Amino acid sequence: MPVLSQVLPSPSPSPSPGSIGGFDGLGSVSRWQRGRERMVVAALFLCALLSVLTTVAIVTVLATEAFGFFREVGILEFIAGREWTPLFNPRHFGVLPLLGGTVMIAVGAGLVAIPLGLGSALYLSEYASSGVRTVVKPLLEILAGIPTVVYGYFALTVVTPALRYLAPETRIFNAASAAIVVGIMILPMVASLSDDALRSVPRSLKEGAYALAATRLEVSTGVVLPAALSGVFASFVLALSRAVGETMAVTLAAGATPQLTMNPLESIQTMTAYIVQISLGDTPAGTIEYRTIFAVGLLLFTITLAMNLVSHRIVRGFRERYE
Amino acid sequence: MVKPQTVLETRNLTIRYGDSAAVIDVSLRIPAKTVTAIIGPSGCGKSTLLRALNRMNDLVSTVSVQGEALFHGKNLYASDVDPVELRQRIGMVFQKPNPFPKSIAKNISWAPLLNGYRGDVDELVEKSLRQAALWHEVKHKLNDSGLELSGGQQQRLCIARTLAMNPEVILLDEPCSALDPASTSRIEDLLVELAGRYTIVIVTHNMQQAARVSDYTAFLCDGRLVEFGPTDRVFTRPENSETEAYVTGKFG
Ligand SMILES: Nc1ncnc2c1ncn2[C@@H]1O[C@H](COP(=O)(O)OP(=O)(O)O)[C@@H](O)[C@H]1O
Ligand SMILES: [Mg+2]
Repeated sequence: MPVLSQVLPSPSPSPSPGSIGGFDGLGSVSRWQRGRERMVVAALFLCALLSVLTTVAIVTVLATEAFGFFREVGILEFIAGREWTPLFNPRHFGVLPLLGGTVMIAVGAGLVAIPLGLGSALYLSEYASSGVRTVVKPLLEILAGIPTVVYGYFALTVVTPALRYLAPETRIFNAASAAIVVGIMILPMVASLSDDALRSVPRSLKEGAYALAATRLEVSTGVVLPAALSGVFASFVLALSRAVGETMAVTLAAGATPQLTMNPLESIQTMTAYIVQISLGDTPAGTIEYRTIFAVGLLLFTITLAMNLVSHRIVRGFRERYE
Repeated sequence: MVKPQTVLETRNLTIRYGDSAAVIDVSLRIPAKTVTAIIGPSGCGKSTLLRALNRMNDLVSTVSVQGEALFHGKNLYASDVDPVELRQRIGMVFQKPNPFPKSIAKNISWAPLLNGYRGDVDELVEKSLRQAALWHEVKHKLNDSGLELSGGQQQRLCIARTLAMNPEVILLDEPCSALDPASTSRIEDLLVELAGRYTIVIVTHNMQQAARVSDYTAFLCDGRLVEFGPTDRVFTRPENSETEAYVTGKFG
């Protein structure tokens, strides 16, 4: 996913100069050592270059193909149209149903992941003993590594039947089920990143609160959480951007019915699920139908990039305040 | 002169971090409405001893306490003592100013409101800031963040929020060590002023400060109480040669 490079620090291509042979003093560095150092620098530079080039290439392909699409379909029709039927007549290229589906999944996932994730983070950072922490924290990271197809399968075999038991009108493929598993999927991310933010609140601040006869709960919610709010908020945005980009679980569980609806028990389609559908289907390359996926992809890319930039911003502001 | 009443007392108090003792067998009586200074070289256990008096050491999981610490004759470490209630009566100011990232007014009112204060909040804020000699500098910006104040102002804000709880005892752990000389002398003046109304225990490694502000001085070395007595006596006629070396600057 190219957008990840936006939030991760870019690898530095230059190792510290003089780290090889510096101890002996400049005069005694052999030509062989210097040559080797140059080679290492060059190799590292190539690695950095490769990742930058890949990102540039992806964005270029997205942009040119999308450009081809927008020569035939007006941007306004795309952005504001309420019907998405690119594969059959009469054809409509309004992306709102797909966007709506994506937003519904993201909001639903947020409703699951944000309260639970924040609760876990508060528990981990303020209440858990160090023994519990050393077990739970790596566990969260492992949980974040479960392949997303497993979540999709979990939605179909567990969550959807449960929903249909509770509300029989629920469709086999429905937004709620997908939103719930995506929520479970991003929960470890919210918990782990919020926990980091909460733990970076200076100890001195907490001590100040305890010394004023605050209870642990009052310290956690009245001082620690407000002080860490920007970091916590950034974790929400980052996790939601992951929910927006999530593909496999929503493709499996939410269905393939692009429609503007507020009912989460209905079948919908997200932007990512649509891209999968066309990519796997037999739509001939070069046609307008085929190009839709680049337009949708560009929109998706823009949204997740914006969300990542926002969360990056927030985190940086937070660091400046406390470090 | 009537012998002053004892507010805080330690009896054979020993405090360990894991296996290593930071405070060893300290017995000490702190008289009411006076300023007691705890002096001694760095790492000798001053902070540990001070933090035992409002049970802040509870927050460190490795700490174990032996002996007694009494507040009005009652053991602080008895099982029925709630440390939160205790801290309503014994406030603390720290080495590094640590105002909350909240407005100046909220810094003051946050804890009293949590602890059942039902009076007028603006009045409490003004009164506390006046007591801490900060009111005139901040009265026009009570809604600004406490973090925007200078270091010396931040420390007075921390004193003000402690006073707002209306405690009996105020513990201060090197409150001026992060401040410039001008801010330091303002806070020293403030302490002298507050001394009549509160029992104050101040940790300092600045001998002049101890001499200027305190009525009693305890000299701690390697976790042990070496000498305790009226400040002028400890400084002019120390009974112990170690104390003498320390207060005359010939230590180590
Ligand atoms: N949280 C802690 N965990 C372990 N050891 C500590 C801790 N705090 C202080 N100590 C140790 O206890 C001793 C006394 O420390 P402290 O009370 O802070 O001394 P002082 O305030 O006089 O400089 C020192 O040896 C210090 O290393
Ligand atoms: Mg100390």
